[in-house]
Amino acid sequence: MKTLVLVEHDNTEVKDATLAAVTAASKLGEVHLLVAGADCAGVADAAAKIAGVGKVHLADDAAYKDMLAENIAPLAAKLMADHDAFVAPATTTGKNIAPRVAALLDVMQISEVMSVEGDKTFTRPIYAGNAIATVESTEDKLVLTVRGTAFDKAEAEGGSGTVETVETTGNAGTSEFVSRELAKSERPELTSASVVVSGGRALKDAETFEEYITPLADKLGAAIGASRAAVDAGYVPNDYQVGQTGKIVAPEAYFAIGISGAIQHLAGMKDSKTIIAINKDEDAPIFQVADIGLVADLFKAVPELTEKL
Amino acid sequence: MKILVPVKRVIDYNVKPRVKADGSGVDLANVKMSMNPFDEIAVEEAIRIKEAGNAEEIVAVSVGPAKAQETLRTALAMGADRAILVESDEDLEPLAVAKILKAIVEEEQPGLVLLGKQSISDDSNQTGQMLAALLDRPQGTFANTITLEGDSITVKREIDGGLETVKLTLPAIVTTDLRLNEPRYASLPNIMKAKKKPLDTKSPADFGVDTAPRLKTLKVSEPPVRQAGEKVEDVDALVAKIKALGIA
Ligand SMILES: Cc1cc2nc3c(=O)[nH]c(=O)nc-3n(C[C@H](O)[C@H](O)[C@H](O)COP(=O)(O)OP(=O)(O)OC[C@H]3O[C@@H](n4cnc5c(N)ncnc54)[C@H](O)[C@@H]3O)c2cc1C
Ligand SMILES: Cc1cc2nc3c(=O)[nH]c(=O)nc-3n(C[C@H](O)[C@H](O)[C@H](O)COP(=O)(O)OP(=O)(O)OC[C@H]3O[C@@H](n4cnc5c(N)ncnc54)[C@H](O)[C@@H]3O)c2cc1C
Repeated sequence: MKTLVLVEHDNTEVKDATLAAVTAASKLGEVHLLVAGADCAGVADAAAKIAGVGKVHLADDAAYKDMLAENIAPLAAKLMADHDAFVAPATTTGKNIAPRVAALLDVMQISEVMSVEGDKTFTRPIYAGNAIATVESTEDKLVLTVRGTAFDKAEAEGGSGTVETVETTGNAGTSEFVSRELAKSERPELTSASVVVSGGRALKDAETFEEYITPLADKLGAAIGASRAAVDAGYVPNDYQVGQTGKIVAPEAYFAIGISGAIQHLAGMKDSKTIIAINKDEDAPIFQVADIGLVADLFKAVPELTEKL
Repeated sequence: MKILVPVKRVIDYNVKPRVKADGSGVDLANVKMSMNPFDEIAVEEAIRIKEAGNAEEIVAVSVGPAKAQETLRTALAMGADRAILVESDEDLEPLAVAKILKAIVEEEQPGLVLLGKQSISDDSNQTGQMLAALLDRPQGTFANTITLEGDSITVKREIDGGLETVKLTLPAIVTTDLRLNEPRYASLPNIMKAKKKPLDTKSPADFGVDTAPRLKTLKVSEPPVRQAGEKVEDVDALVAKIKALGIA
């Protein structure tokens, strides 16, 4: 089987999420990559070095600069004439583009693949991960999005793929990129960090969140996450949300501080290796999944913990 | 402008889903069902656009069993003007739903289709994007804020690294994220009034859409269950445990 993996990048660097998708694709067969962007030859060269990669299809056009689905999907659909499976990371970029490719191919997409069980058989979470469905495609072509936490990352170096330039499919002309506000942070990226410290509604407001959560995260070299309640209340930006409808994380250690443990939150972090919870309510549901729990007032316990670590 | 809002009947978000013992699916018998929360946000946004004078009519549509009428009545009670039920007792896949919605869009000619970004049952996150592709229209997924200006719509989207703004030419497809708005509750008088609003019932066959499933569900199983660990007495004990993990 020949796969086509969507490379996620910012026209300068390959994003890590691509590497897990490459691993998933390599379980199906030959791995080809699609680098679509503007002035992104460097990205294609870097992508060709990913272990196990055969061919890199490079589409360099201003129309692809901002990964607009309206422009990328027709390109991917066209390249799929020579490929059997389109594989994208289950990031906001992949989720935006892949279903559009699937519809153009008249194929049902399989979302958030967690394992490859056979040529056409996969597992995926449904109902906030409260159930795992094993699904088999009956179609000639496959379109998959891949959950990053479920697959090891392919080695970024060691491959010897070849770069081939492909013709662009141009600009659909119905959408345009306006701006992007990216949170700048020296911290590890939430979905790939080995330690995550998350705060919930109990943190009261943005200042208090910062005052209590940030020093602990600094101490641990951790990424910062949050519950939906904390995001909705404006303590932290939206991209901090961990959960069914936010980000899926599976770090070595996950600290849940002042988070009750609603199923939607658990859906995003219950595959963490060790879960550590601090909550003043000893019956909080988070303690049902925590490996280590401390029943305490976080406003006392967290500063003490930060100091003693 | 007319706005079309597809709404799905799903398990209520407060209910913990249980996998059936025979592995055939999730047990939905006698379980509380509600409108998919992202679709409530979509209905709310449509109403706000209408209240601001930028739309004349809101049409809610659901593809699902006869009981999905309740979901449509909720949309009508919130403020939608009329509803269409495409009745089907099968679990239709997003591609099939998107094809049905496409046919409805061609009939109704809405300037905007507002969908949820994902349903909390199947968590597919596909239908809106597929509909946009089938119609060859632009899409603004995971909307945090939307602004209508003339024949275009500006959508601020929730993306992994923060926020991104795109400008789309109408007609367009938009899918909602959690921060777009806080949906209203329907008032009792509006619930009464909603009972008299028009609700048409159709079938997938009326649209000539092939809804045969493309995926076979071989089994549905419980995820591995996490066991509760231990509670420690105080911060010192916690520090010792954390150090033993080797992360500090
Ligand atoms: C469609 C939909 C999607 C959703 N998606 C997500 C999602 O992706 N991610 C997500 O997180 N949620 C999601 N939710 C929301 C979810 O249902 C919960 O409402 C949310 O997770 C609760 O956040 P919380 O635990 O911070 O707040 P709460 O449930 O209010 O919990 C606060 C906790 O803090 C504790 N506490 C209070 N004060 C202190 C103190 N001084 N010291 C220690 N502990 C204290 C309390 O005991 C309590 O357990 C979603 C909901 C819906 C409807
Ligand atoms: C094993 C298994 C068992 C299942 N059992 C059931 C079941 O018993 N009952 C059940 O309801 N589903 C069930 N499903 C899910 C069903 O197959 C989904 O309806 C289908 O896959 C659509 O996915 P989605 O709703 O997650 O789409 P998404 O793409 O996540 O939906 C996004 C948005 O599209 C719109 N939309 C989607 N579907 C509809 C619709 N039907 N009508 C109107 N608007 C819509 C909404 O605006 C929604 O917010 C099951 C799935 C599996 C795998």
